[in-house]
Amino acid sequence: MVDGILMLLVLLNLFSLGSTRISASIRVVAYQGAAIGLVPLFLPGKITGGILAAIVLVTLLVKAVILPWFLRYAQKRVNVRREEKPFVGASTSILFGVAALGTAFFISSRLPIPFAVVSPFIVPVALSVSLTGFFIIISRAEALSQVVGYLILENGIYLFGIALLLEQPLLVELGMLLDVFVGIFVMGITVFHISREFEHTDTSRLSGLADWLPEVRRNE
Amino acid sequence: MAILLFLAPFAAGLAAFVIKNDRLRRRLLFTVACAHAAFALYLCLFPPGGEDYRWLWFGFDALSRYFTAVFSLLFLCASFYAVIYLKGEKSRPCEKEEDLLFHNAPEAAFTGCLLVFLACMSLLALSRHFGLIWIAMEATTLVSAPLIYFHRQRSSLEATWKYLLICSVGIALALFGNLFLAVSASGQGPGMEISIDSLLGPGVRLDPLWLKAGFIFVLVGYGTKMGLAPMHTWLPDAHSEAPSVASALLSGALLNCAFLAILRFYQLCLANGLGSFCRELFLIFGILSMAVAAVFIIGQSDYKRLLAYSSVEHMGILCFAVAVGTAYGSMLQAANHSFLKGALFICAGNILAGFRSKRIADVRGIAHIMPWAGVLWFTGILAICGMPPFGAFLSEWIILKAAFSAGNLLLPVVYLFLLGVIFIGMTGTGIRMTFGVPSIPEGGKSFLSLFPALILLLLSLFLGIYMPAALEGAVSGAAALLGGEG
Repeated sequence: MVDGILMLLVLLNLFSLGSTRISASIRVVAYQGAAIGLVPLFLPGKITGGILAAIVLVTLLVKAVILPWFLRYAQKRVNVRREEKPFVGASTSILFGVAALGTAFFISSRLPIPFAVVSPFIVPVALSVSLTGFFIIISRAEALSQVVGYLILENGIYLFGIALLLEQPLLVELGMLLDVFVGIFVMGITVFHISREFEHTDTSRLSGLADWLPEVRRNE
Repeated sequence: MAILLFLAPFAAGLAAFVIKNDRLRRRLLFTVACAHAAFALYLCLFPPGGEDYRWLWFGFDALSRYFTAVFSLLFLCASFYAVIYLKGEKSRPCEKEEDLLFHNAPEAAFTGCLLVFLACMSLLALSRHFGLIWIAMEATTLVSAPLIYFHRQRSSLEATWKYLLICSVGIALALFGNLFLAVSASGQGPGMEISIDSLLGPGVRLDPLWLKAGFIFVLVGYGTKMGLAPMHTWLPDAHSEAPSVASALLSGALLNCAFLAILRFYQLCLANGLGSFCRELFLIFGILSMAVAAVFIIGQSDYKRLLAYSSVEHMGILCFAVAVGTAYGSMLQAANHSFLKGALFICAGNILAGFRSKRIADVRGIAHIMPWAGVLWFTGILAICGMPPFGAFLSEWIILKAAFSAGNLLLPVVYLFLLGVIFIGMTGTGIRMTFGVPSIPEGGKSFLSLFPALILLLLSLFLGIYMPAALEGAVSGAAALLGGEG
């Protein structure tokens, strides 16, 4: 079952790399959050009952409902539909996604987990999800796409943490979730400001600050 | 008791968001800063009974005592300046600067964020659990973003966005580092907490491979926040666009806190025999940061960016110091950098208010029209470049000595060369700005807004010429946790 979820995550990865429509990316992130939120249910674990239910519910609520809803709201408010000029096109991005998966498998073969895990694919999939998020942040120009990329990066880390190390103190785990939650909100609000101030949210055009070009900066 | 260092400013920060009365809110900011500094200094110099304080995942060892005292003193001076600055900004509703009209963010939000920022830094220093350290670190990013975007103008917004995104991604990498640490600790049986106390406990051996991987991620992740090259790109933008109070705090307090988070990890690596592996990495990032800073300091056209690159340089020096084995020098240098950079940013704020330009070329003859600002600015520049008798000279000297005894002659030569280049670049700019024919008819501000800069300079002077036993104890206590002199 865990393997099924992991397979799904890999597919969602490729899908998020291939879509330049922002609403589609947000939907993918929501599915991804839901899939990761369900992982703890299938772990043979020390944690059961109410605490397990609480973890699953909170994760689902934050990652699959509230954050995607907020991103969707932000998207409507700043009124961007699609990535107009990504630095890397969709098909090249998908190729990168495949390469990232390979890299992730290679890295995790070099870093053996010193204890028994439920599926040998957890580490490579978590790494490839994070790499995908990273790639989306650097290859997309729209501010909102970058926020989505950050969320994907966080999802990968969360998968790694929750699948391997659920026994860490719950409070700390929830604190991390809260930080990501607030972080996305602060980023979203900054995007509102950018959209109001510049009348676009294309970060490749946010280039007023530089070391060597004071004259250009004055003429902006 | 020490948990109050976190709770008091946190509560005051929340209160500041809702207090309507400006005077009351400013008074609250300054009172909390005074109390925080007094308490932190007391705990640092006279640790009660020599006992480390523990409660849940909180604790207060020599390292946290020392770092807290340093940033708390800086915060006190910065908050004094902030009160004057905010009063001034209130009477200046909307003005021209860099051909743009801008308003300011609400003062209540700014004050509240300042206080919560102090609380988060205290939390970071107090945390014993690596997850909690991570939470505090990310929280400092989130509350300091509104500080950078105080002036509602395009350039600050751009800086805020870069800061948020780059630092959040960096800190996300550090979270990977924490998880790797947890994996490396998993051999100790289930339920092993990734807190410093349990991992430094007797008989705990961590898996070296995962610990190494974790350290790399943490160094790159928190190193982003600390401003180590090549992850420093957000730093000059944020430091130049933030109001000077916030720049002083970002540079003098926040960068050190990020360093503290890396040092926590380094403590674990030391205990597991990975000291030399970590020191090699520190050396690479340290030298690279100093070199990048040197390149950008020469020929810099914006004086707040100049200070920002000087921060990159000093963060490099801190890493270099640990790499050549003098944690003591590193600790001393951290305090000196905080005080001097705080003083310089406060001066820069005054100069900016007088000359209305951040461009070095527009600022000439500060000494003639704003004598106090001129004297303090020039002294500050000399001091931060390592002129005696200020403290930075002493700490840089200690580091040089350690570099010579580290065995490789190339290290001290490169170190001295880079310091020399930076010295020439910074003092050249300082001379051009301070002396000569003034570029504006008259300067504005009173002495009062420069007073905190004077205090900070005196603090660094004090560190350079006289070291009381209690302070000596605090510094070497902190260094001892990092392997001391050896």
